Amino acid sequence: MQIWYSLVDLLLPFSWLQHDFMKNALLGVLLVTPIFGLLGTMIVNNKMAFFSDSLGHSALTGIAIGVILGIKNPVWSMLFFSVLITIAILVVKEANTASTDTIIGVFSSTAVALGIVILSRNGGFNKYSVYLIGDLLSINPTNLLTLSIVFVFVIAIWGVIFNRLLLASMNPSLARSRGINVRLYEYLFSMMMAVIVTISIQWVGILIISSLLILPAASSRNIAKNMRQYHVYSVLIALISGVSGLILSYVWGTATGATIVLISSVFFAVTFIGKLRLN
Amino acid sequence: MSMNLNMIQPKCTHSGQRTSCQCGLCCTKITNFGVSLGGTKILSDVNLHIHCGDLTAIIGPNGAGKSTLIKAILGEVPHTGELQFLDAQNEGTTKPSMGYVPQKLDLDSSSPTSVLDLFAAAHTKRPIWFSYPKKIRERVSETLARTQAEHLIDKRLGALSGGELQRVLLALALDPIPHLLLLDEPVSGIDQRGLELFYKTVSILRKNYDLSIILVSHDLNLVAEYADRVAFINNKTIECTGTPQEVFSNTKVIETFGLDWSKRYLSNEKDKVDHADMV
Repeated sequence: MQIWYSLVDLLLPFSWLQHDFMKNALLGVLLVTPIFGLLGTMIVNNKMAFFSDSLGHSALTGIAIGVILGIKNPVWSMLFFSVLITIAILVVKEANTASTDTIIGVFSSTAVALGIVILSRNGGFNKYSVYLIGDLLSINPTNLLTLSIVFVFVIAIWGVIFNRLLLASMNPSLARSRGINVRLYEYLFSMMMAVIVTISIQWVGILIISSLLILPAASSRNIAKNMRQYHVYSVLIALISGVSGLILSYVWGTATGATIVLISSVFFAVTFIGKLRLN
Repeated sequence: MSMNLNMIQPKCTHSGQRTSCQCGLCCTKITNFGVSLGGTKILSDVNLHIHCGDLTAIIGPNGAGKSTLIKAILGEVPHTGELQFLDAQNEGTTKPSMGYVPQKLDLDSSSPTSVLDLFAAAHTKRPIWFSYPKKIRERVSETLARTQAEHLIDKRLGALSGGELQRVLLALALDPIPHLLLLDEPVSGIDQRGLELFYKTVSILRKNYDLSIILVSHDLNLVAEYADRVAFINNKTIECTGTPQEVFSNTKVIETFGLDWSKRYLSNEKDKVDHADMV
């Protein structure tokens, strides 16, 4: 960490980066936003916005389970529960009895309700409201280590599975005819989403986490003509929104996650208008 | 668009080293196929024998199980019975390699997936959001030339017309050249001219590459003109197979599709025969 701190002092001698917590937050943003930009492309492609939203909501139950079990760091119970709910959604979806939207809606609202019921026992919900908004400035070096490990893993897995995942998402039978195990990739992708949403939720907040996944990719989609551009723009937009959102939230004294989301939505508006102009 | 025969180079080898196929001597055998989904029998006792170089069209009323048969052959839906590829020496190989042309792709018109992206994703493991292998462009361009689609290489899939998309997907299914080519013809979205061009292309490719082709079709006129054999699926099984002439004079087929059409076909066919005699 010391290397990072002195590096920042040397290269970016700005007043907003004087404090260590801001240096931590900057590193956090640099690690999290590219992942969001990358995964977001496939989430938007597959129309899974609602799914990522429900993953965020299910975190509430994860926290509640953690509280009941007396776990100090609820991230493990959150991880466990979001993976569980992901599997549940995929299994019920495969049974093909109701539309995917309905299934996700049912699971999502159940998870939220269950979480609120448990956490609001004895009227103590307020102390958990930090999870709703998130607090990026509270990120510490241990968190950053976890994030770096996840960062490396996500990029590596994304590199390995992307092509086959793309084919599977366009037409499962076509993917199958080329020897791709469609289910395996569907599960892998959903699991990755569950993990990345869950571990970033305490910094970004339940309410806006899925916007952070969706907006950069949706903006990029307005202007990209192929997959490469789609990814490059998406990651760039995520990074720029992340860093500028962090600075602005410091200046304005606002919640960082929400500020980042606001900037991403400006990107969406601009690219959308640009697309309309082009057409 | 005129058919450029020179562009389609005649070849009589199959991909992979396991076959030494001599034209017309190898075949794909489907024996006693049955499919049940959720306790409901969808197909049973399906027997089909397909020689390479033959275009076998599958016709039948809606919901008869045509697409299910294709999915079962692809291995996407579990089935009973056997699927065998026999080469010239009648030695059964494990499984035929398959190419599949789906009805459509699951993507919206704004999707930033180009034709090159689709091929690169299918051919390489290197993630296409990172970079393309050097030679992929040439290879894709050559493959697309087989179906007169090389000018579409940089277009987005969502921007293609129904007929263009069909030719692109056909080119994809032909790389590598499969033992068995499965075509699921779209119910809508292609105009008559596009459809005829598609049938002509398939027809020429079949001879040049000595392909076994199964085509699920909705256009009986074109089936009558281009298919070598026709299989009529009704009541959960193949009720009748044979040359187009044989099948279209079968009473069950005439009942299913309406008498007028068949009468017209038979008289047309008679005209052709008369004409042939005169020559």
